[in-house]
Amino acid sequence: MNPTLVAARAGLSRGWIELKQTLTTPHDLIAILITTGGFLAAMIWTRHTHVPGTHFSLGTTMLVSVLGLNVVVYGVITMGDLLVTEREDGTLLRAKAVPNGMLGYLLGKVVNISGQITFAVAITLLTGAFLLTGLAIGSPGSWLTLASVLVLGLLATLPLGAMLGSLFPSQRSAGGPMLLLLAGLAAISGIFYPITHLPVFLQWTGQVFPMYWLGLGMRSALLPSAMAAVEVGHSWRHLATFGVLAAWAVAGLVLAPVVLRRMARRESGSTVAARREKAIRGI
Amino acid sequence: MEDVLDVRDLRMRYGKTDVLSGVSFAARRGEVLGLLGPNGAGKTTTIEILEGFRMRSAGEVSVLGADPAHGGEAWRARTGVVLQSWRDHAKWQVRELLAHLGRYYAPYSTPSVTRPWDVDDLIETVGLTPHARKRVRNLSGGQRRRLDVAIGIVGRPELLFLDEPTAGFDPEARRDFHDVVHRLTDREKTTILLTTHDLDEAERLADRILILAGGTIIADGSADELGRAMSGQSEVRWSRDGQRFVRAADDATAFVRELFRQYGESVEDLEVHRASLEDTYMALVRQAEHGVPRRLTAVAA
Repeated sequence: MNPTLVAARAGLSRGWIELKQTLTTPHDLIAILITTGGFLAAMIWTRHTHVPGTHFSLGTTMLVSVLGLNVVVYGVITMGDLLVTEREDGTLLRAKAVPNGMLGYLLGKVVNISGQITFAVAITLLTGAFLLTGLAIGSPGSWLTLASVLVLGLLATLPLGAMLGSLFPSQRSAGGPMLLLLAGLAAISGIFYPITHLPVFLQWTGQVFPMYWLGLGMRSALLPSAMAAVEVGHSWRHLATFGVLAAWAVAGLVLAPVVLRRMARRESGSTVAARREKAIRGI
Repeated sequence: MEDVLDVRDLRMRYGKTDVLSGVSFAARRGEVLGLLGPNGAGKTTTIEILEGFRMRSAGEVSVLGADPAHGGEAWRARTGVVLQSWRDHAKWQVRELLAHLGRYYAPYSTPSVTRPWDVDDLIETVGLTPHARKRVRNLSGGQRRRLDVAIGIVGRPELLFLDEPTAGFDPEARRDFHDVVHRLTDREKTTILLTTHDLDEAERLADRILILAGGTIIADGSADELGRAMSGQSEVRWSRDGQRFVRAADDATAFVRELFRQYGESVEDLEVHRASLEDTYMALVRQAEHGVPRRLTAVAA
């Protein structure tokens, strides 16, 4: 038996167990439903508004773009938050005390978060299909593009989330900055409104980050092809989407192990105990 | 036989403070070592260096024949660490968690040691059978600590680290925990290094006691040996003509002989108490704090 393979398999089942726990714990489930429901409400509100220069529903465009935003939320925020929390509460230290435990732990996170985002995408699309018009979900090509954008998006965002989760000292210190960063990025990434209406330097800034490309990729998968007209360069830019997301993925996969290893090296019983002390005193 | 633990001149320095300034000790297979010492003496630092969770500044350390700083996963599989749980794995069921963590050890089975520990047998051993299906967050404090021990030994470690394992236990939970440790050493021949503040616990569990103070080991021996090696510690109590007397005696036997020679049959209610581990401990630590650097080594006969 190859120990690495055994740990990888254990990691996959760990992720599956965690996912089942998340989806059957009322508190966690409600958190997912509230976030998804909030966006859905905004989309239904704007379903009769048109995307400027077209007769297409702004609500539908937004729904599709929000799927891209969701990938960033789960890949970066949820991943980062879980890592900070579980570093604080000692879950990570337990993984470190077990042979190849860190591999199993991280694979478990990947499976868990991929499952959560699939769940969120499914309920968003299901609701959208019933309440909004214009979704192009009839062809296998749409689903194939959706799936590839999802996978590539997770590859680009999960390492970022893992690194952010390694850098913040505690959950309290992480929450605020992460959400602020997310809101700022969403504003310049064309999630709620086409990016072409922004000043040029903001357009460029937005296009550096994965969120814009994830939104674009989702729109290319799920909107009628005529809607490409309102995008930058009047095109879905599939090649650029792939290129930018792949670049983020490669950079992340190269850097994340270094950052994670540095973080894990510092973990010990006394560091966890010190954080527990601090948290208990803070309450 | 090869020592399971061999520590020579271990040093640890944070900034300009020396926490450990030359710690040396060894442990044979199956031995239970109790590491005692005042707060801040470096017990946790020492144990974390041996666990491979902390880098040392200097010195030679061999744990199961390897340097813990570069132990690797196969080495890790032979060690067990009992960590204090807090809110980790709150949603997991006891059995589910132990079965999961056990899986990682399976490739490290050897003809003599089958890894991991059979999960139901393990749950039985730590007395959690009625709670096997409970979620971790619904366990009581004592049950949680038993789970911590179970997680520490699920891979059938050859060497187990216990850092203040019974802090916050009620007396019953403490007794149960001691039973588990005894079972482990009797049945599994596990070598154990434990730190504690509870001298009674150290005396009950440890074959050998190490006292760490001022960054170095100031005493090394069984509780009995340490008590004997510290002279002038016996307490003699008696009564004569209805009056009670208490004296500390350097040589209790000589003192009592003299007592009978002088007062003969009027001596009643005679009691002689050898120094308790607590007395020995206090005396040694006080000595170390007043800067008398010496090492009390009681070599087993």
